[in-house]
Amino acid sequence: MPVKSMNSKEVTRKVFHKEELFILDVRNEGDFQDWKIEGENFDYLNIPYFELLDGVEEILGKIPLDKEVLVVCAKEGSSIMVAEMLSEHGLSVFYLEGGMKAWSEYLEPVKIGDLRDGGEIYQFVRIGKGCLSYMVVSSGEAAIIDASRMTTTYLNFAKKIGVNIKHVFDTHLHADHISGGREIAASTGATYWLPPKDATDVTFEYRPLESGNSVTIGHTSIDINALYSPGHTIGSTSFVVDSTYLLSGDILFIDSIGRPDLAGMAEDWVADLRESLYSRYRELSEDLIVLPAHFMIIDELNEDGSVAKKLGTLFTENHGLNIDDENEFRKLVTENLPPQPNAYQEIRETNMGKITPDEDKQREMEIGPNRCAVR
Amino acid sequence: MKATKVLDAKGLACSMPIVKTKKAINDLASGEILEIQVTDKGAKNDLAAWAKSGGHELINHEVDDDVLKFWIRKG
Repeated sequence: MPVKSMNSKEVTRKVFHKEELFILDVRNEGDFQDWKIEGENFDYLNIPYFELLDGVEEILGKIPLDKEVLVVCAKEGSSIMVAEMLSEHGLSVFYLEGGMKAWSEYLEPVKIGDLRDGGEIYQFVRIGKGCLSYMVVSSGEAAIIDASRMTTTYLNFAKKIGVNIKHVFDTHLHADHISGGREIAASTGATYWLPPKDATDVTFEYRPLESGNSVTIGHTSIDINALYSPGHTIGSTSFVVDSTYLLSGDILFIDSIGRPDLAGMAEDWVADLRESLYSRYRELSEDLIVLPAHFMIIDELNEDGSVAKKLGTLFTENHGLNIDDENEFRKLVTENLPPQPNAYQEIRETNMGKITPDEDKQREMEIGPNRCAVR
Repeated sequence: MKATKVLDAKGLACSMPIVKTKKAINDLASGEILEIQVTDKGAKNDLAAWAKSGGHELINHEVDDDVLKFWIRKG
């Protein structure tokens, strides 16, 4: 049986369509427990490749013959080795092209909707890491919000649909992933906007993004209105796009809310977070469609793979928006927090321009899930 | 640290560092020490987990520029 490759795009399709897949993950147990490919109908077997060097006989009985089997490792090499060994026993299996490294970097563009004057808004789903970024387009121009470091994906997409990138925004100084905002702005001549309160230590030029700033994309006036909403970071800013979409950054997610502790300021920022979620967002229209900067669990994906829900629905369903008692809220967002994202301090310093790690190092820093929320 | 044998696995991608380590350690007697040099950063967790599951002891590791060095005592 030949060994075939499956790429991240194909696996993403299976996640979106809730297809079945059997994943034989041959990374070490710790790495698997920490972070794996999630799918509603995926089954898993985790056996490190180094326990299979003498043969795969003992796991043959555990591998189903009636569904597709995908062998996964960190970078690809070990998964090919194991896939070939299984193939010699007559099994038909796939290996994941580029391994978890490629999975972490894959972005799937999903169209969220049309804007009123003919523009469109796209969500880029970084399926392996749960990061979401956005492109707003109108009349040949585009704005990008919360870009990942895979800048060529956005540049190629913009080229394909025939738009020029004019503005690049980060809703806040990210601690879980390296921003591609500055690089995109540099290569396209676009303006790079950052909230000044998050940018006090940055080493580069930027345009200060503040409440009340309004930026127009295209000739047909798609307005991007900034709304100061501190709490995850002191500068965290949301956007209302075309009076329809609320880009909530890391303040509000579909099934969780932002955590205030990644800059070491949990106690100080709790009140800001509460104010943003319980007062400022309450003043907005409940019909706004919330587009966050992350998802945490695969259940947050809609049928088409998008991550979006009405603000009014979140006011009813999101636990983090329904805690009346302030002390209880404080406890939720400062105690029993999940582990911090991998290398979050170094990631913050990279996003400030203080350090410039090479691509391999950046990849390594970003390994694992985003962990920006509390539920 | 005095190693009985030094394995140069620099420039090799996963899974080769461990495949070669396993072969090299087979040639040693129990208690003898193998030094392994790799450039694949993923090898760190894998070597530690492999050594543990094989009953060997990872006694030390250090980073020298881009080269990771490990010392494993055969169990």
